[in-house]
Amino acid sequence: MAMTEQRVSYTLDSTLDTVDSAEEKATRIATDLGFGDDEVMQISMAVREGAVNAVLHGNAYASDKKITLAFERTDQALVITIRDQGKGMDLSKIPNPLAPENLLKTSGRGIFLMRSFMDVVEIRPSKTGTELKLIKHVHGPTAGGKEASQ
Amino acid sequence: MTMKVGTRQVDGVSIVDCNGRITLGEGSVILRDTVRDLLSKGNKKILLNLAEVNYIDSSGIGELVSAFTTTKNQGGELKLLKLTKKVNDLLQITKLYTVFDVKDDEATAVKAFK
Repeated sequence: MAMTEQRVSYTLDSTLDTVDSAEEKATRIATDLGFGDDEVMQISMAVREGAVNAVLHGNAYASDKKITLAFERTDQALVITIRDQGKGMDLSKIPNPLAPENLLKTSGRGIFLMRSFMDVVEIRPSKTGTELKLIKHVHGPTAGGKEASQ
Repeated sequence: MTMKVGTRQVDGVSIVDCNGRITLGEGSVILRDTVRDLLSKGNKKILLNLAEVNYIDSSGIGELVSAFTTTKNQGGELKLLKLTKKVNDLLQITKLYTVFDVKDDEATAVKAFK
């Protein structure tokens, strides 16, 4: 673990334990930063989904590939970055899980849930891995309701 | 917290009481195995009681969909009982609330099976 005053980062194995660990870290950090219960749940769930994608679809459980997870607190937001070392992903092939023909599919909802729960979701695929950035804005003196600043 | 399930029979309906998290890994596998076991034994009326499920991820949602379609493809019915707010919200935003038959009362749910 590397840590500065505003930023903490972790290098994690490509395992299911990493998914649980990432979620737990997100829950703890979001809680410590003063986000409300609902927002903490949203942040932790988005991080879990991001970690699942990195471990399963990015690194494909490869023992020689790592996941980098970083949390950064700025004045206005919690910025979470998840990087894998996979082959990258084709964003154009991600189906809309709300389309009638996709409703009964058993997968493909992870990115949709991240976008539902976070204020900003950026996905940057490359041939050496995918970088996912999740941003949750801080509302007011402490993190509060999402509606407050919209 | 791992997922625990208990199965009981009420008027020909198999009620699966789920407790814990339905997430990638053990939670999803336990649910999948439970539903498949019921179907293999001819129990085709399945009511998933999710009253004690406070967390579900996209893999868990996928497992619910899989259980629903697997049961339906075998001529059975699968319904959901007593969703927590978090699970209810997730089914709403994924539009799956329109797919599942969701009940709040066990007796009503049991009677609703054909």
